[in-house]
Amino acid sequence: MADTAHRTSALPNQGLFAFADRLRDKWPAIAAVIGLLTFWQLIVWGFSVPTYMAPSPVEVLNAFRQDGWTLWANFWPTLFEALLGFIFGNLVAILLAVWFVHSRTAERAFYPIAVFINTIPIIAVAPILVLIFGNGIAPKIIIAALICFFPTLVNMVRGLKAVTPATLDLMRVLSASQSEIFWKVRIQSSLPFLFAALKIASTTCVIGAIVAEWIGSNFGLGALIIEATYNFRAPLLYATVFTAALLAVSLFSLVSIAETRLIKWKASDVH
Amino acid sequence: MAATVLAKVPASPAAAHAMGAVAVSVRGVDVVFGGDKTAVTALAGVSVDIPVGSLVTMIGPSGCGKSTLLRTIADLVPASAGEITVLGRSPQEARRERNFSFVFQDATLLPWRSAIDNVRLPLEVGGGGSAHAEPAELLKLVGLAGRERALPAELSGGMRQRVAIARALVSRPKILLMDEPFGALDEITRDKLNEELLRIWQETGTTIMFVTHSIPEAAFLGQHVLVLASHPGRVKEFMTIDLPYPRRLAVRDTLEFVRITARLRQLLEEC
Repeated sequence: MADTAHRTSALPNQGLFAFADRLRDKWPAIAAVIGLLTFWQLIVWGFSVPTYMAPSPVEVLNAFRQDGWTLWANFWPTLFEALLGFIFGNLVAILLAVWFVHSRTAERAFYPIAVFINTIPIIAVAPILVLIFGNGIAPKIIIAALICFFPTLVNMVRGLKAVTPATLDLMRVLSASQSEIFWKVRIQSSLPFLFAALKIASTTCVIGAIVAEWIGSNFGLGALIIEATYNFRAPLLYATVFTAALLAVSLFSLVSIAETRLIKWKASDVH
Repeated sequence: MAATVLAKVPASPAAAHAMGAVAVSVRGVDVVFGGDKTAVTALAGVSVDIPVGSLVTMIGPSGCGKSTLLRTIADLVPASAGEITVLGRSPQEARRERNFSFVFQDATLLPWRSAIDNVRLPLEVGGGGSAHAEPAELLKLVGLAGRERALPAELSGGMRQRVAIARALVSRPKILLMDEPFGALDEITRDKLNEELLRIWQETGTTIMFVTHSIPEAAFLGQHVLVLASHPGRVKEFMTIDLPYPRRLAVRDTLEFVRITARLRQLLEEC
């Protein structure tokens, strides 16, 4: 039976069969998730764990229904901060990487500073920025940007330099100008490296925004986490955490989709 | 030492047409790498004339500077002393005029470009040159019709090198400089490409300088073989191969061919 289904789905445009086939590939993962949730539910029931300590999956689901509006209202600021942080952090990192590749002096001057900034724990920078910029949206964007910045800078510099000497010889024989080498070769060869960094940044920018909201904020998923914890509203806390994870996963998927659209070739030495 | 010998017997129509004309003239060229104390002399007093339309193979022990000589002609390495003219101009002018193309040991294709887009690259950079051949026609010439849209990763090593040859021919160069282009290929692929290179040479009438470390390859392809000695790199012999074209692979089983390779081997042992 399963064999027949598999064979029919090998034909193109077999909508339902294709869906069934995908399900067939995914079923171990789906079964594992359902199994774990059931296990969790059973433990909470079996040991009569109080809700404020650890809520059961059903209670978390209820929280999604009851506090749906609260979650929704706090989801948007966090998405906005994470997204703007992602854009600014990566943009600055990319432009800096381009500058470093063109100027050895600039690289020598600023690379150590970039490394130093990276070594400061983000959780320690957050209060400083809150003191400077208040508890509005600006410090959250800056922290989300800071957390994205370094991996992208390092990878982008590596990517722009990942051009073989033979390729540079070829471009020289063709009398290519520096800007032609940059646009036709360096930018293209850096893309796989850039996307490796953007995938990291797509999840860390959400972490940055949430950490910033912990320090000083009365809106966003981070603030909601703090509030739910102090009020022992464990189901809401869990629901908020799941929402934040969902946000990060969505951003990651978007970057992955963009990557497969833009890069049809495989680079040999990207991690 | 027969340092400057011109072809006496025209072996191809192209050579007969341009008999006496010199494509590349090398006069007393030294190439020294490194500073005062660590200086390494790669070439010392090399003089040779490459007749227009000829196919000259270059062979020598490793470190004899055969690649360096080719790269000096291509304006990739500066000569420390002496003079090189390419069609009566300096290597730099000849490079800007697209008088020569270079084929590297690695195909050096841009991995994000399809076969045909790689062939087009020389037309897009460095001013593009004045004359150009049709990229699709060239892919047909090198036996890759139907693979125009294939990415380099989807092609075998031999096919990638064919694309590199098509790319070298697209700007209709008068001279083709080839630096061990088939060195990384298996013997069967190499034999096939050797035969095809001869066919392309006779069809296009291009002057070819071909560096190799294979004695049979040097003898099979070359109208002349330039034998270089090492430490420092200098001309040992400019030998004319009296085998008629078109040559087929079977010529390598003849007594005459064996005599030629034996002579070359003897010359290399004396180096």
